[in-house]
Amino acid sequence: MNVAVPQEGRTSGSAEAASVIEVRNLVKAFYDASGDRITLAATDVNFTVRRGEFVCIVGPSGCGKTTVLRILAGLEQLLSGEVRIDSMTQPAMVFQEASVFPWLTVSQNVAFPLSLKGVSAQKQRERVAELLALTGLTEFADAHPHQLSGGMKQRVSVARALVDDRDILLMDEPFGALDEQTRLTLQQELLRIWERTGKTVVFITHSVDEALTLADRVLVMSPRPGTMVADLSVPFERPRDVVEMRRDKRFWDLTYEVWRLLAAAPEH
Amino acid sequence: MTTAHPSLSPDEIERLKAPARRERIYRIFSYFSPLLLLLLWEVAAQVALIDRRFFPPPSAIAGTAWQMIASLELFDHIGATLRRVWVGYAMGAIPGVLLGLILGLSAPARRVLGPIFAALYPVPKIAILPLILLIFGVGDASKFVVIAIGVFFLMFYNTLGGVMQIPQIYLDVARNAGATKFQTFRRVALPSALPSIFTGLKLAAGSSFIIIAAAEFLGARSGGVGFFIWASWQTFAVSRMFVGIVVISAMGYLTILALEALERHLVPWAKH
Repeated sequence: MNVAVPQEGRTSGSAEAASVIEVRNLVKAFYDASGDRITLAATDVNFTVRRGEFVCIVGPSGCGKTTVLRILAGLEQLLSGEVRIDSMTQPAMVFQEASVFPWLTVSQNVAFPLSLKGVSAQKQRERVAELLALTGLTEFADAHPHQLSGGMKQRVSVARALVDDRDILLMDEPFGALDEQTRLTLQQELLRIWERTGKTVVFITHSVDEALTLADRVLVMSPRPGTMVADLSVPFERPRDVVEMRRDKRFWDLTYEVWRLLAAAPEH
Repeated sequence: MTTAHPSLSPDEIERLKAPARRERIYRIFSYFSPLLLLLLWEVAAQVALIDRRFFPPPSAIAGTAWQMIASLELFDHIGATLRRVWVGYAMGAIPGVLLGLILGLSAPARRVLGPIFAALYPVPKIAILPLILLIFGVGDASKFVVIAIGVFFLMFYNTLGGVMQIPQIYLDVARNAGATKFQTFRRVALPSALPSIFTGLKLAAGSSFIIIAAAEFLGARSGGVGFFIWASWQTFAVSRMFVGIVVISAMGYLTILALEALERHLVPWAKH
């Protein structure tokens, strides 16, 4: 049921046709001029994501998973390789830390991408109201971020990333800094939102547990310089109950499998 | 003092509250400590410990001030000084903030232009005043310019510092949301740097009044509180001179208070 498929083997025609993100032989390095030192962040990264799929990338910290995501978001340049994104819109990103603007209210933060595009105030209000309802923030519409808890702030980030309705959602450990209970709540809500909106999601996490809770497929990365070492499909039916699925033996088998892969991943 | 708590003894409550009470006493004292200096001055002048010709007692200065307020004598001077400060302040602050934002956001501009500002910054503004008087004449224009120069550098460096400290993540959010360069500038860099800009505005307000006093010493006949101080000294009207000094300090202080009020209104998030 859970087979580690080497990335190179996945070249079946049908998967290619439906893929919305395609990364081939991606290499990314950083050059530190003061120390004349080159750091290889990711090497020979290959993967594809199908339309509407929820994919998690897990890997140890510093393995370059965030870098890969930032390249997909257009925030970094790749050194070599190829990234193809089949979408009319740039992917929207939900960032790791609190990235909401402290000088704007919750609704203004959510409306930010719309306001940049010159959407009419009336349309902005309607769309923001929809998203505040979707993310459970309606009663905090006029609050400032410093009045919110960490979990609430990340809800704002998610709402902001969804507001202009782009096809692809990139999430960089969005719940990493939250306590376990809040994280579970937000995971459940993210699943509900994803099921409703049908977005393609690439979700970065260092938590095996989180990856299995959310994803259709889990991509496992090696330590730096990161490369894909496995591609596991997660068999749980949708919609998922983030608490109930922990009673399923398959959840723990898969957890073991991913940990085995992470432990065995070769140091480069 | 009479607070009770079911599980604490009066003695425990007493010890618990002691630091807060000490704090309160210090605070009350801090309000009055400047007055203590005045009192010391008054007594020293009255018993002739200091020369009354140079240090008239505060009571005499207050008397002079009252006469001048009653005769409306000072208000023309205050008006002239305020106008010069505000015009010069705006002339310096606006380009200072804009250039600070531009150089903060653009690494190439910072590399090329940064050293020029760094080299010009330490030039003493008062030292180039004769030159400015030569170029702009002895009227108000030269005073606007000398204040603008002083204000410019404070605003430039504070804004630049503020922009350089913008969390990278805010810029990433703007970029990912599809912001243009100008939108990033206006919607992210400016509000993000606002706390530093206000620090600059307050520093610059203080400096403006220092600079204008010196500038008005030199530009005689044109009025202003600085001119008034200098003219009083030259006629040896020492009480009047002290009134002028107090008035110009108060103008600076009140301006800073007004800016702080504006800051609380515009930058409510910075205090949290």
